[in-house]
Amino acid sequence: MRIAIASGKGGTGKTFVTVNLARSLGMPVTVLDCDVEEPNSNLFLHGDLVSQSRVSVCVPHVLEDACTGCRVCADACQFNAIAVIGRKPLVFEDMCHSCGVCTTLCPHDALIEVPHEIGTVTVRQSQHVSLVEGLLDVGKALAVPVIRQVKGQVGADTDHPVLIDAPPGTSCPMVWAVDGCDAVVLVAEPTAFSLHDLTLAVDTVREVGVSFGVVINKDGLGDDRVARYCESEGIPILGRIPFDLDIARRYATGALIVDKEPRYRDLFLQMWQSITHLAQIGGNRDESLA
Amino acid sequence: MKVALTAAGNSLESPFDSRFGRAQTFIIYDTDTETTTVLDNAQNLNSAQGAGIQAAQHVLDSGATALITGHLGPKAAKVIFAAGIDVYQTDAETVAQALAMFTSKALKPMKGADVDGHWV
Repeated sequence: MRIAIASGKGGTGKTFVTVNLARSLGMPVTVLDCDVEEPNSNLFLHGDLVSQSRVSVCVPHVLEDACTGCRVCADACQFNAIAVIGRKPLVFEDMCHSCGVCTTLCPHDALIEVPHEIGTVTVRQSQHVSLVEGLLDVGKALAVPVIRQVKGQVGADTDHPVLIDAPPGTSCPMVWAVDGCDAVVLVAEPTAFSLHDLTLAVDTVREVGVSFGVVINKDGLGDDRVARYCESEGIPILGRIPFDLDIARRYATGALIVDKEPRYRDLFLQMWQSITHLAQIGGNRDESLA
Repeated sequence: MKVALTAAGNSLESPFDSRFGRAQTFIIYDTDTETTTVLDNAQNLNSAQGAGIQAAQHVLDSGATALITGHLGPKAAKVIFAAGIDVYQTDAETVAQALAMFTSKALKPMKGADVDGHWV
């Protein structure tokens, strides 16, 4: 079972929910940290290093002897990644989306694809939790290939739960993180800002076609607008985490509240029941693209 | 020689645009014939990425050997300087003012990018 934890607004508690859920389950579970621009699940799971690999994408390389400077490649590029100066193409690797159109269309076979490193995937083990973390190199723009490689570390036939810590927002990286999951948990705070971004995330997840529910974090703060929205939209509320200073204190030290407070372990186990129920009644596992 | 100036309009009286990649237009002024042509940059103005690179491509394709703008990002600078185009910086209010300063040699040449990408 693959469950993505996403939000829309940043800082609502995606990683908090992910790592506390993983620890609560008490059985083998894999956490995929797909927030590759700033992965931080490792700060709380403290895993031992198992393996590490680099992520590469294909970018064009010009064979200068064969190139005539005809500009077919530059004209075809949808990402403005190639300029032609005089008769010499200049490739901007960081703008390239590896679509392959330039190498395919070049009439002189003057472009070949070469690997271009953009990130790292690290596997760590912490008690029963296996953590796969994607990290995009500083200055690189393409999060999606790193996310794909992270998700590719787990076979579709795995028999233990997979929790995906998704990046914030609702653009391509978030879509790729939630795609193919059996259910998505959208973490929201009971505030106007969070509700605004939650509605964007709901629209996105509906478009992706995965069943989803909401976890209200910092419940007691703000007002009941998120709960009212969920009720009016028929969205299940999978759990409520109280606004508790003790949670923030422990989180700030890199500790997990479920390790210290049995009542919170119970809260997360109950949340897990609701999540698995949601995944079973409305899952789309057969359409998995991961 | 041809001089390219970043503008928010179609004439020498138009406001000077301090942005390069996402300038509305480029006014190409030919110092030999004292005539102007207008290069529309709307496509790059609205492109998701790489506006500076393609704007630089347009400027060099226009045959301009000098560029007058407000700021230049790293990718645009790579293309412009590789093409051997001289770049001059100004905060003039109109294209005509920028051009007048250029012809009286009052403008400072730029040696490279002066801002990061996506600076506005």
